[in-house]
This record gives sequence, structure tokens and C-alpha cells, in this order.
Amino acid sequence: MAPIPWLSLLVFFPLVAAVLIAIMPAGAHKPIRLWATLAALAEFVFSIPLWWRIAPGQAGFQFEEKLDWIPAIGAQYHLGVDGVSGLLALLTTFTTLIAVLGAWTSVEKRSREFFALVLALEAGMLGTFFCLDLLLFYVFWEAMLIPMYLLIGVWGGQRRVYAAVKFFLYTMAGSVLMLVAILSLWFMQKEMSGIPTFDLHAFYQLPISPDRQFWLFLAFAFAFAIKVPMFPLHTWLPDAHVEAPTAGSVILAAVLLKMGTYGFLRFAMPMFPNALLVCAPWIAWLSIIGIVYGALVAMVQPDLKKLVAYSSVSHMGFAMLGLMAMNAQGFAGSMMTMLNHGVSTGALFLLVGVIYERRHTRKIADFGGLWKVIPVYSVIFLVVMLSSVGLPGTNGFIGEFLVLLGAFKHNVWWAVVAATGVILSACYMLWMFQRVVFGPVTHEENQKLTDLSFRERLVFAPLLLLVFWMGVAPQPFLDRMQPTLDRVLQMTNDRAQVLAEMAAPQPAPVAASLVMPAPAEQGGAR
Amino acid sequence: MNLPMLWIIPALPLAAVALNLLFGDRLGKKGTSFLACGAVGLAFAAAIRAVLTLAARSPEERQMVETAWTWFRVGDFSADVSFLLDPLSAIMVLVVTGVGFLIHIYSIGYMAEDPSFRRFFLYLNLFMFAMLTLVLADNYLLMFVGWEGVGLCSYLLIGFWHEKQSATDAGKKAFIVNRIGDFGFLLGVMFLIAWTGSVNYERVFAAAPHLFVAGGSIITLATILLFVGATGKSAQIPLFVWLPDAMEGPTPVSALIHAATMVTAGVYMVVRSHVLFEMAPATLEVVAVIGAATALMAATIGLVQNDIKRVLAYSTVSQLGYMFFACGVGAFGAGIFHVMTHAFFKALLFLGAGSVIYGMHHEQDMRKMGGLAGKMPITHLTMLLATIAIAGIPPFAGFWSKDEILAKAFATGHYGIFAAGLLGALMTAFYMFRLYVLTFRGKPRFEEHAAHGHADAHGHDAHAAHGAHDDHGHDHGHGGPVKESPWSMTVPLSILAVLSVAGGWVGIGKPFIHGESWMATWLEPVLGHGPHMKHLSAPAEFALMGLSVAVAAFGIFMAFRAYLQQPSIATAVRERFAGVHNALYNKYWVDEFYGAIAVTPIHQGAMRLWRFWDEKVVDGTVNGVGYVLEGVSALLRLFQTGYVGTYALFIAFGVLALFLHFLRS
Repeated sequence: MAPIPWLSLLVFFPLVAAVLIAIMPAGAHKPIRLWATLAALAEFVFSIPLWWRIAPGQAGFQFEEKLDWIPAIGAQYHLGVDGVSGLLALLTTFTTLIAVLGAWTSVEKRSREFFALVLALEAGMLGTFFCLDLLLFYVFWEAMLIPMYLLIGVWGGQRRVYAAVKFFLYTMAGSVLMLVAILSLWFMQKEMSGIPTFDLHAFYQLPISPDRQFWLFLAFAFAFAIKVPMFPLHTWLPDAHVEAPTAGSVILAAVLLKMGTYGFLRFAMPMFPNALLVCAPWIAWLSIIGIVYGALVAMVQPDLKKLVAYSSVSHMGFAMLGLMAMNAQGFAGSMMTMLNHGVSTGALFLLVGVIYERRHTRKIADFGGLWKVIPVYSVIFLVVMLSSVGLPGTNGFIGEFLVLLGAFKHNVWWAVVAATGVILSACYMLWMFQRVVFGPVTHEENQKLTDLSFRERLVFAPLLLLVFWMGVAPQPFLDRMQPTLDRVLQMTNDRAQVLAEMAAPQPAPVAASLVMPAPAEQGGAR
Repeated sequence: MNLPMLWIIPALPLAAVALNLLFGDRLGKKGTSFLACGAVGLAFAAAIRAVLTLAARSPEERQMVETAWTWFRVGDFSADVSFLLDPLSAIMVLVVTGVGFLIHIYSIGYMAEDPSFRRFFLYLNLFMFAMLTLVLADNYLLMFVGWEGVGLCSYLLIGFWHEKQSATDAGKKAFIVNRIGDFGFLLGVMFLIAWTGSVNYERVFAAAPHLFVAGGSIITLATILLFVGATGKSAQIPLFVWLPDAMEGPTPVSALIHAATMVTAGVYMVVRSHVLFEMAPATLEVVAVIGAATALMAATIGLVQNDIKRVLAYSTVSQLGYMFFACGVGAFGAGIFHVMTHAFFKALLFLGAGSVIYGMHHEQDMRKMGGLAGKMPITHLTMLLATIAIAGIPPFAGFWSKDEILAKAFATGHYGIFAAGLLGALMTAFYMFRLYVLTFRGKPRFEEHAAHGHADAHGHDAHAAHGAHDDHGHDHGHGGPVKESPWSMTVPLSILAVLSVAGGWVGIGKPFIHGESWMATWLEPVLGHGPHMKHLSAPAEFALMGLSVAVAAFGIFMAFRAYLQQPSIATAVRERFAGVHNALYNKYWVDEFYGAIAVTPIHQGAMRLWRFWDEKVVDGTVNGVGYVLEGVSALLRLFQTGYVGTYALFIAFGVLALFLHFLRS
């Protein structure tokens, strides 16, 4: 009996739901949002077993599915899940549910298409996390762009078309280079073994000379760095966030940005370890610049969404820095930062969305004194803000601390400069919070604001729960990601060693030595 | 059955926070106060029980560790949520819960008419939780949870009246300045992790002697970084600037957080890490010099302030300086001793000041007080006792601890520091009795009944607070006659008064009794004997005591003379040294200096970074690439004419080119 193609079901269920919603009668706003929410909820519930099935201690891929897709070129429909992609998939289903529930009243124009696109986007994101075939990965990666492009372009703010086109072209430009690199890998693989394939496992074994790695790595890194986004490739992000509807911003921040760091972790780093070693200091310093730069620019933003967008640049800098530290703490910190950022920044965008929906402005100067008018909202805002600032006891701290520790072990100066981000984040967040929530009510319109509805409280409750859970007892999360992270780390280090040896002394005959990783000592952690 | 000993202590106030959050709206004021005070009272009882259990053991075994759970474990690093009670944390936990309990009771009266009564106790309980976590943690990382947690509560409570700009400004400033310190603390902890592989005190201290070269650069750097954290939390140069502004918070908060407990966390951390600091003599010198300089500088500013709470704030900064230079000269026990006595008398001073402010309907300017002794007898008496205690007159509490610090500084040959301490003691006695005289003695400088309507604001800037204030309705009494505060306020005052008198007797040592003081004996299992501590001869000790008492008495005499008997002296001095007075009154313009060298440049730089660099250069390049491509494609479009003939021509050219190419190769 064939096992249930569980991952495929997870990927395609939202797509089917999207199609079904798309053929519902257009005006039926209420049933549409209800069914969309139920679909997202079902998908989330359906994905929860991932939490138990990526059992602590399991490093490899599970639930692998393999079908021939385009046999002529060896492309396969190949899915699988491990600790890292499993957690990110859970983040995706969770975020989509939250975003859909959060959009109940904010989207009334063409709500059928809106919810259908959000669900289609979910399918694309899950496919990207699950697939183990690089051509398939590329397809999902690009497919993801379309719903997001439409979400921004149709339901966005005033400059939505500009932002949507910029988002699309920028990301596209990066991924085209990645496609070239993927094809180049395919040719190398074919040349070497005679079997054409896009299989990730095969590429992990591919002996690539360090010089060649360099260019391939750059092509991948460019695509991923745009997505993260890393300084100086970040300018599409503030535009996209500002113009995107709330649900779009939430998904963009919580999941789409993680595609970049996930791409480094899954593809660019283990496949091209020697190039990584050459580039790591550069990437690390760019990340550190991003941390400080994002925080500084966030500080002076007059627009709430832009502030949160630049704070994302800063936080994702931490995630990248952790990866470049190449040790256990850095990796775990990076992964925790990805999850934390999803929760905290997702919540921040929702919070901005709540007042935007009521006041149709995102200008900080248009608010003030909210505590007095909408206290429940303000308290939730306070907690989320503190988690974004990385207060110990909230989720933000665990990620930041581990990243800094990992960075410290690699290069003390990385940690010293990056840690100034801890001070700066307090500056921009507290100042913003003071201007929005404290003080007297300065605008008459704000006197009539209504506090969070039951539905809105329902949206924030699980986010707050996660803020404290991941801050107070993060071990269940760490236990699930660590075996996979250890494996990636070991694979990267081993491969780097082997390939360097191969390249160094004499031009060794390449073909025969499909290398098995030698039992090396735990590298990285110095 | 074994009841949990330790984790229950911080858990109790945390439970009260949760209950308050969930059911607070149904509790009413009585219920809220009962819940909040009850939880802290129980925590106090639990602390006493735990400390008694600890005391019953033999000195070498006085250490209890309780691990609740593993917080996180990554690679070779792990941090536990784990609590430690030893003689050092025992003192802290008793002071925190004891004084905290009294201040909770006091707050029932003080905050009675505040519409945000419930929120106040919520924050206060949350603070107790964080502070108890800080002192009971058995590792640096859990300590950091409490460390930043108290910072958060401080932020929330300073900005408690959040509609007032100056209050939220002060709260924000406190948090950010503390974060600068935390930056150092965090990096210091990372040095410890990188070298010892652990954050656990016991493991770090056990490993330190083997891994660090005593006096070497690593341990010096690590301890300096830890000390940077301490300067933030405990308001030392250069990060002291937040504490005076913190007086924007309600007065019980000033007493609890900004005098008795939180601000001493830095001292506690340094004493806790004494093993490390002792290995870094250069750091200890820095600690001593910074402590002494802070003690002196803050005392000079305290001389001329007119706001009753500001005087006390600078006095706190100054007294914290004493604690640090005690640590700096190696007298860690004396530092902790002063933490304790200071908690008693400074809490009392603040609560007394609060009682005065309450009685005066929110007047904080001492120039508008005077002659309150008869109207507020209990407040007057208790506050006088505390003032004598801080001035350092035997046998009051402050005398014993301050004298021990000065003696230790002298004994270790830190004569400059000793002199600074002595000068500071002179000024302390002077400005504290100036406060006492201006407030309680002489003729009233206010008109009763005249003040009506809204009471004056919290904070001395009545105008700024006006709007916020009406909304809050702190105008209990509406001006009416000045009278004594209710029992919930005077009872805590009286208990603290007893402690301010007698609380220092546990530290009476060498010249009076044989052997070490009870305090030193109690702390010995943690701090050891202090190997390089020379003991002075009894006559020398007595001589030093005589000197410091004489200095204090002179300061008191001067204060009475200048502010009660012949006020013209004060005026004359102020006019004669107008420049100095101006510098002191404006706190040496340190805030302005920081504004000019850090705040403004960073803000303007960030603005430029955004407007020019990010929008024009980075994004300009991106869009520029777009425009160039658009232009190029517009050119290329010219080739796509749609005429088959044109295309055929191009194909012909292509074939020709290929042909030529192959011909040549």
C-alpha cells in the first residue's frame, strides 16, 4: 500500500480551496471569508502533525515523495520535509490562517479573488519549502511571486502598481541568475555521471571546483539576498510593505523573507561550501551593516509600516549573521530569529493594520494617546513591541542572543557591532510606541476608535502565546531544528574540506570520487 | 512533603500579575490591593522560610539550588531556569521582599485616588517578579531576564502617567540608557561563555582561575563590560543620567525601584561576580574611581536642587557610588551591607517625601514648604531618623555601613578615594539636613486653603502636567489643610524608621566586638575572608570613626546655620559663587552634552541616511537600472518593425556573419 502523499496534500489542498473559492459567487463576501478561513484553519490543523512527526533527533528528510515529472531532463516531483522546512511550513500555515482571519473586514473589494490568491500563495510557499528538486524549487519560487504581485498590485495602497512591479522585477532579476546556476549544475551533473537530474541530494554530492563554486554561489546568493533582503538589495521591501494590504504584509514579512535565509541554508551553503568560506565575511559584514542601517533608518520613519519594514531589514540581518557564524549557536539563533520575526513582525503588521483599517492612515504623527482610547490594543502592542526589541522572556531574545553568541565565537567584532542593534532597536521601537500610544489624544478622530473586536483578539491571542512560549521554553522548537541544522553544518564543513583537498594539490581525476562525507570532528564551533 | 523553596518566591508576584490581568476588572480597589500586597507578603514569608532553612545549615553548606527547567540548550551551550539561595542572595531577597512589601502597603494609601490603581499594582507585582528573578538566578542569563525585566517595569512605572510627555520621555530614556549598559553586560557574559563555556555562577567561578590569567586582558575586558552593565542599572558615571529623570514616576516607585532595590542590582551583580573582579585588579581600580567620582559628583548636584525628590535622586546616585567604591577597594561585604542599610533609610526618605508631597497636595518644591514638623508629626519624626541615618551619625544604620566602606578604603591605601568619600559624607550630611530644614523646620512658605482646584502636578513642571493631571484626578483633598497621611502610609514609615535606626547593628564589627561582625560572618561562605584585606588597629578605627562623625556633624551644623538660623548665608554663597551654582543647578549640563554628541547627531545622521543614502543612492541605483533597461529596450524595439522583409534582412546579415566567422577559424 502506498503511503499517503501527505506533503502533496498539504501543498495542493490550499490550491484546490483557492480554486473553489474563486468560483464562488462574487458578491458573497461573508461566505467567502468564512470558507477561506475554514480552509486555512483546516490546512493549519492538517499541518500540525508535522510538529510531532519531525521528531526531535531526526535529521534527515521524511515523507519523501518522488514522481517523474519531466523524464527527458530528469526533473522530478520530489518533496520531503525535515526539521527546518517543517518548522517553516508550520509558520506558513499558521501565518496564513492569522492573515486570513485578520483580513475579514479590511478587504471587501473583490474579496473572492483576494482570499483565493492568499490560499494559492500558501500552496506556493509550502511547495517551496518542501521540494527537493531544484527545477521544481525554481517553479514554486517563481509561482509564489504571482499571487503576491497581484495582492500588492490590486489591493495595495496608492503607489501599489509601482511597488508591485518593483517587487516582481527585483525578485525576478535575482531568480533568473539562480536559474542559470541551476542549469549549470544540471550540466555538470550530467557530464559527470551521465544521468541528468535536478535532485538536491545529487547536487549535494557534486564535486565542484572552488573557482566554479564561487560564481554559482554568487548567482544563488544574489537571488536569496534579494529575498532576505540584505543591504543594499533591500529597497523593494519598504515599498512593497507600505503598499501591500495587511494580509500581504504579514505573509511577506513572516514567510516570504524567510525564503531567502532558507535558500542559503538549504541550497547555497551546503552546495558551495568553499565559496561560502570565501564570501562569509563579506556577507556577515553586509548583514551587520543591515542590522545597524535598518535600525537607524527605521528610527526616522514617519510611516508605521515603513518603520516595521526597515526593522525587518535589521532583524533579518541577525538571521543572516547567524548563518555566517557557521556554528551551532549561530545556526539555531538564525532559525529562531526567522521564526520569531515571523511571529513578532507579523503581529506588528497586523497591529498597524488594525488602526489603519479604522483611521486610514499609517502616519505616526496621526496617532498618540491610544492607550486611553483602546487599552487592550495598546497592551498587546506593548507586548509585541517588547518581543521585537528582544526583551528576555519573549521570543525575540532567544534568537538574538544565540545569533550574537554564535557570531561572538566566530569573530568578536561581529558580535560587538551587531549588538549595537540591540540598543538601536529599543530606540526606534520605544520612540514610535511613545508617539503612537502614550501622550494625550491629539487628534479628535482618535477619540472614537473602537478597541479590538472578538475576532481581532482571537487573531492576537495565539501570537502572544507564541511570544511567551518561544521566549520562556524554546527547547521544543530548538530540539526540532537542531538535528537538521547540525547535519547541514557538518555537511557544509565536510564538503568544504574534501573539495578543497581535491582542488589543492594536483588536478585530481574528478569523476570517480563521488565523495562520502568523512567522519570529521564537529567543525565550526570553535 | 517538600514544598518548593525558591521558585515560589518570584512565582507568587507573577501569579498575582496573571490574576490581576484576568480578573482585575472585577476585583475593585480593595481586592486589587489585597491580591497585590498579599502576594508580596507571601513572597516575603516564603523568603523568610527559605532563609531560615538556609541559616539552619552549617556555613559551608549554605547553598540551595533549585532547577525549574532547561531554558535552552544549543550545541555545547545551555542555560537553565534555576534558582540559587546563598547568604548573598538571602540578604537581597529579604530586603527586596521586605521593603517591597512595605512599599506595596504604602502604595494603597498613596495611589488610593488614582484611576489606574489596578495597573499600578500590576506593574509593581511584575517588578517584584523580575527583581526576585534577578537576585535568585543561579546564572548570568537568568539574571539578565530579571535585569531587563526590572528595566521594563522601571520604564512602565516611570511613564506611569503616560499622558504626560515628560514622564514617558523619562521612561524611554531610562530604558535606552539601561540598554546601553545591557549591551556591555551581554558582551561581558559572552566573554564568560566563550572562555568557560557556561553562564552558571558556580561553574564560571570554578573555572575562571584556570582559564583566565589573573590581571590579564581577557578577564579585565570581561569584567569591565560587566561593569558597564552595572553603570547603567545602578546609575553610575557615565550612564547615571536616567535616574534623576526617573523621579517622574509615582513616589512609591521611586522608593522601591529607584532607591531600595533595582538600582542596587549593579552592586549585587559585581559582588556576585567578585571572584572575577578580584582577578582583574585594573577593573577594580576603575570601579573604585568611577564609584568615588559618582559619589562626589552627585553629592555636589544634590546640594542645590530644590525639588525634594531630585535631591533624593542625586543622593541615591551618590550612595550607589559609595557601594561601588567599596567593591572597588575589595570590600564587597561592605558594599552589600550598604545596599541593605541604604534600602531602609532611602526607602523611608522617599516614602516620607511622598507623604509630604501627598500632604502638600503634590507640591515638590522645597522652597514652597517649611514648618511641616507640627502638621505631619509621624512623617517628620520618621524622616528625621532616616536623615540622621544617611548623614552617618552613630548608632544609626547608615553610620555603620558608610564607616566600614571608608575604613576599608583607608585600610587598602586608597587615600584619594577615602578623601573623596569623606568629602561626599560632608556634603551628604549638609544637603540632607538642608532638605530636612527646608521641609519641616522654619515657617511655612505656603498658604493653606489658597491652593484649590487641581492639586499641583507630579513633577515640578506644573504646566506641562496640567492636562494629564485633570484626567487623572490625583487631586485628593482639593487643597485643604496640610495633614498627616493615612495609616497605610505611616505604618510602613514607622517600620522603616526602626530599621533605619537599628538595621545597621548587624554590621557592628572589630573595634566594638571580638571577631567579625555578624554580617561579615554570614557572608563569609560567599565572599571569603577577603585575602588582601588589612585590618586597621582599634585606635586607628576609632580615629576614622571620629573623623567621619565630626565631618557629618559639621555638615549638619552648616545646614541648620545656612537654612534655618541665617538664611542670608545661603543667599550670599549662592551669589558669590553664581557660576558654580549655575553649573551644579544645571547638573553640569551632562544631558545637554549627551544630546549634542550622541542623540542629535545620531538622529540627524539617520535622517540623512534615509533621505540621501537610502532613497537617492541605493534605491536610485535600483530604479536607475530599471530606467536604463527601459531605454535600451526602447532602442531595441526599433528593430522589431513587424515587416518580414526587415527580419529577412537581419537573417541574411546573421548568416553572413556566421559564414565569415567560420571562414576565419
